[in-house]
Amino acid sequence: MRTRTIRLAAVTAAALVAASACGGRGEDGATTAGDGTCQGQQTTGITDDAVKLGGIYPLSGPTSAYGEIPKGVKAYFDYLNAEKGGVNGRKIEYIVRDDGYQPPKSVEEARRLNEQDNVFALFQTLGTPTSSAVMEYANQRQVPQVFVSSGASKWGADPVKHPWTIGWQPSYLSEGRIYGQYLERERPSAKVAILYQNDDYGKDLRTGFVEEIAGSGVTVVAEQTYEATDPSVDPQMRNLAGSGADVFLNITTPKFGSQALAADAANTAWNPLHIINNVASSNTVLKPVGFDKVQNIVSAAFLKDPSDPQWADDPEMALYEAKMAQYAPGLDTKNAFYSLGWASAGAMEKALAAMQCPTREGLMAAVRGLSDVRSDLLLPGVTMNTGPQDGYPIETLQLQRFQGERWNLFGEPIDTRKAG
Amino acid sequence: MADFIQQLVEGLGAGAIYASLALALVLIYRFTGIVNFAQGEMAMFATFIAWQLVQAGVPFWLALGATLAIAFGGGMLIERVVIRPVEGAPELALVIVTLGLFILVNAAAGWIWSFLIKDFPSPFPGGALDAGGVHLSYSTLGVLGVVAVVMGLLYILFRYTKIGLAMRAVASNPASARLLGIRVSGVLALGWGLAALVGAVSGVLVAPVLFLEPTMMGGVLIYAFAAATLGGFDSPVGAVVGGLVVGIAETLAGAYVGVIGSDLKIGVPLAVIIGVLLFRPQGLFGRAAVERA
Amino acid sequence: MSDVDIPRTARLAVPSATALRRLAVALVAVAACVAPFQLEPFRVFQLTMVLVYAVALLGLNLLVGHAGQISLGHGGFFAIGAYTAAVMLDRWDTPHVLTLPAAMAVTFALGFGLGVPALRLRGLYLALVTMTIAIFLVPLLKRFESVTGGSMGLTLSRPEPPSWTGLAEDQWLYFLALAVATAAGLAVWSLLRSRVGRALHAVRDNEIAAEVMGVRLARYKTLAFAWSAMLAGAAGAVNTWVIAFVSPDSFTVNLSILLLAGIVVGGLGSTFGPLLGGAFVLFVPTLAQDVNQAAPGVVFGVVIILIMYVAPRGLAGLAGRGGRFLDQALRKK
Repeated sequence: MRTRTIRLAAVTAAALVAASACGGRGEDGATTAGDGTCQGQQTTGITDDAVKLGGIYPLSGPTSAYGEIPKGVKAYFDYLNAEKGGVNGRKIEYIVRDDGYQPPKSVEEARRLNEQDNVFALFQTLGTPTSSAVMEYANQRQVPQVFVSSGASKWGADPVKHPWTIGWQPSYLSEGRIYGQYLERERPSAKVAILYQNDDYGKDLRTGFVEEIAGSGVTVVAEQTYEATDPSVDPQMRNLAGSGADVFLNITTPKFGSQALAADAANTAWNPLHIINNVASSNTVLKPVGFDKVQNIVSAAFLKDPSDPQWADDPEMALYEAKMAQYAPGLDTKNAFYSLGWASAGAMEKALAAMQCPTREGLMAAVRGLSDVRSDLLLPGVTMNTGPQDGYPIETLQLQRFQGERWNLFGEPIDTRKAG
Repeated sequence: MADFIQQLVEGLGAGAIYASLALALVLIYRFTGIVNFAQGEMAMFATFIAWQLVQAGVPFWLALGATLAIAFGGGMLIERVVIRPVEGAPELALVIVTLGLFILVNAAAGWIWSFLIKDFPSPFPGGALDAGGVHLSYSTLGVLGVVAVVMGLLYILFRYTKIGLAMRAVASNPASARLLGIRVSGVLALGWGLAALVGAVSGVLVAPVLFLEPTMMGGVLIYAFAAATLGGFDSPVGAVVGGLVVGIAETLAGAYVGVIGSDLKIGVPLAVIIGVLLFRPQGLFGRAAVERA
Repeated sequence: MSDVDIPRTARLAVPSATALRRLAVALVAVAACVAPFQLEPFRVFQLTMVLVYAVALLGLNLLVGHAGQISLGHGGFFAIGAYTAAVMLDRWDTPHVLTLPAAMAVTFALGFGLGVPALRLRGLYLALVTMTIAIFLVPLLKRFESVTGGSMGLTLSRPEPPSWTGLAEDQWLYFLALAVATAAGLAVWSLLRSRVGRALHAVRDNEIAAEVMGVRLARYKTLAFAWSAMLAGAAGAVNTWVIAFVSPDSFTVNLSILLLAGIVVGGLGSTFGPLLGGAFVLFVPTLAQDVNQAAPGVVFGVVIILIMYVAPRGLAGLAGRGGRFLDQALRKK
C-alpha cells in the first residue's frame, strides 16, 4: 500500500514538472501596427503580400446545399491571386470550415479561425443562428465578421453594439416589403395566401410583407408554415388552395419552393398569381418543376442568374463562366450558389481594395464607407452603399417575371431605403 | 364536406408514402431483428442510381428494373461488408453502425450528385380523378396500388414460404436456427437485400412527389417509424395501415386543429407512437412477445 | 500483491490492473488541473466542451450502460437544461450559479415524468419514442417565441471570473465545467456502488430475474431515467454558460444521435467511457473535415463504423483490453 502511494506521488510530481516545463504560453498571434495613422490597430492575418480570410459554412448535415457557396468564393480568389496578383499585391488565403449548421460548432470554428489560424477577418459565416452565435465572439474579440450570408436584419441593426459585424444581401424584411408594394400597385384588392418556413428567415420576409400592406386593400386570407425537416409541403398547399386567395406568396427554400410550385401547377382549380421569394427563384429550382408550369410567376432579384440566357453575352457572366471552368473545373456553373459565392467574393475584393489602413479597423471602416460600389454579377442599377449608421450594403432589388425559359426584369430597380 | 374528403385524400397520399418505407423497415426487422436507421438513405441512394440511369438515356422501366437489381445486390453487400463484422456484438453496436451508415450514405450521395434538387420522372400519368370537387391524382392512386402489391407479396413471403419460416426462426433465435441447419448468414443477407429492394421501390415512388435530393428520405423516415410502430414492427399489413393512419391524422390535425397548426403537426406521429406503445406495445397488428426467462 | 518474494523493483515495473487504473485516474486529474495554464485559450475552450459533453454522457451512460435502456432523445434534455438556464439569464438576470440547479430540477422532473411511460417500452421502441420527442422539441421551442426567443435564439452573458482567481474567462469556464463534471462523476460513481447500482445492473442483465429477486423494477428504472435526464440538463446549462447562445438549431436530433454514438463509441458502462465519448463528439467531426472537406460526413460515418468493428464495446473497452494485454505481456517476462 505504501509503495503504491509513493508511486502515485512520484508520477504526479513528474507530471507536474513535465507540464510546467512546457512553460507559460503567450497570447494568440495578435499583432498591431506600429506607426503612422494606423498606429495601434490590429494587423493580425495581414502582411504586405498576403491576407488570410476564414469562412464558416455547413459542409455536412441536412443543410449541406449551402456548402457549394464557398466553392464559388474560392474560385474567385484563386483567379484574383493567379491573374491579378491578389488585392493591392496581397494574395488571399481563404480557409473554409464546416459547422454543420450547429451554432456551438460555429463558435468553435470561429475561435479556431481567429486563434489558431490567425485570420484577418471572418468573410462569410452562413446562416442566421450560426452567425448570431459567432457575432458576440467576433465583437468581443474585435474580429471583423464581414458580409454575413443571411438576410436577417440584425447584422446591420446596431453598428454601435456590433461594430464588427456587417451583412451583405438585401434583408428579408425589405424583400417582403417590395412584394407588398408591388401588390398595392398592381392588385390593390388582392387576397393573399402565404406559405413560409417556420424560422427567422420565413418570419422576417412575412413580417416585411404584412407591415407593408397594413392599411391597404391587400389582405392576407390564409397562412401556413412548414418546418425545414418536413418531408413535403403538399398538405399546406392543399389548405392554402382552399382559401380562395388570388395571390400566393411562396416564402420557401429551394426544395420546398419546387414542391410548392409543382403543387400549384398540379391544382388546376386554383390559379393565383404566384410570387416566389428570391431564395428559391433560381432556374435550378424552376427547371425540375418544368418551365411550362411556372410561367408568369413573379420574384425579385439583385444578382444575375447564371442559368438565365439573357446574361449569356454579359462580360461579367462570361468571365465567371470562363474562370469557374478554369479554377473550379467540373462544377455546374449554372448553380446559383456558385455565382452567389463568386459575387460576394467580388464584393470582398472591393472592400479589401478600399482599406485606408491594412488593419482590421481599416477593413471595417472600408465596409462601412461603401458608396455606389459595384461588383461583378450584381444586377444593373444595384450597388453597395453603407455609412456609419447604415449596415446594409445591398438594399436594391428588382422585380422580375418568368416568361419562356428566363426571367424578365420589369420596372425600375427599387431602393428599399427610399421606399421603406 | 368536399373539403374534408379532400383532406382525407391528401392524408392518404402522404400516408401511402410513409407506408412504402415502413414496409422496408418491417421487412428488415422480421429478417434480422434490428431497426435499420439507414433504410431511408439506402432508398434515396438507389433512387439516385435510377435517376443517373435515366439521365444516361436508359428507358424508365429498364432503369427501374436495373435499379431494383442493384439495390438488392447492394443490400446484400452492405450486410456482408458492414453488418457481418459486428454480428454478435451488443444490439446497440448494430444500432450505431446503422446510424453511421445513415451519415455515410447521405454524405456520399451529396458528394456524388450534389444537394441540388433533381426532378424524377413519375411512373404514373399526370392529372387527377375528379369527383364532386374532390381531386384524387393518378400518382396517389398509383402509389397506393404499388404499396398494396408490395404488402401482399410480403404477406405471402412471410406466411406461406419456407424462407419466411426460416427467417422468423433466425430473427427470434439465431443460435437455435443455426442448429436446425438454417444458413443464418444467408437469411440475413437475403433480408438486407430484400429490404433494400423494397426501399428502392419506396424511393422511386417518393421522388416524383418530393423531388430527389440527398435529404429526401430524412423526413419520411420519422413518419415511417411511426407507421411501423403503430402497425407493429413485424406486420406488413400493420405497416401500411399504420402509414395511412399517421398520414391522415397528421393532415387532418394540421388542417383543423388550430392549436396544432402545420408547425407542430410532427407531434401527431409522436402522440400516435406514445399512445400505441402505452396501450398496445406490440402495435395494432403485431404479435405480443412472450417472455421466457 | 500478496506474493512477497517478488523484488521491489519488479513490483514497480509490473503494476496490477487496479493500480494502472488508479494511475490513470490520478494522471487525468493532474492533467485536468494543469491543462488550462499550459494550453492555448482555444484548446482550453475545446476541453471545456469535451467536459460539457462528458457530463451529458455520464447521464446517458447511467441509462444505457447501467440500466440497459436506449435513449435517442438526450439531446432534448440537454436542450431543456440549456434553455432553462438561458431563459433565467435572459428574463431575470439570475446569477449563473443558480441556473444550474434549476436546469437540473426541471430536467429531473421531466425525466421522471417520461420515465413512467418509458417503463412500458423496451429497447428500440424506447429509442424511437425518445427520438421523436427530441425532434418535436425543435418546433415547440419556436412556437413559444416570447419566452425562448423563437428561431432567432437568445444571446446571453458568460459567467465572469471573480477577480481573486486571476483567471481568464476561458480558464474560469473550464474550471466551472470541470467542477460540474467531477461532481457528476463522483455522484454517479457512488450511486453505482450503492444498492441502487446493484439493482440497476440486475435489471439490465435480467429484468425478470431481478424482479423475482425483489428488485423494485419500476422505481429504479424510472429513477435511472430521471437522473440521466438531470445530468443531460446540467450539461445543457453549462453549455449555455460556455457558448452564451441558444437556438433551436443548436439542439436538433443530430445532437441526440451524436450523444448516443458518443457513449457507445466511448464505452458503455465504463469509467472513462463518457470522457472518451465527449472527446469523440467534439473532435471527430473536426477531424472528418480535415480529412475530406468535400464530404466530412463520409469520413465521420466510416469512422463510427470502423470503431464499432475494432471495438464493439467502445474505446474504453479497447483501452481496457490494451491495458490487460500490456499487463499480461509484462507479467510474462
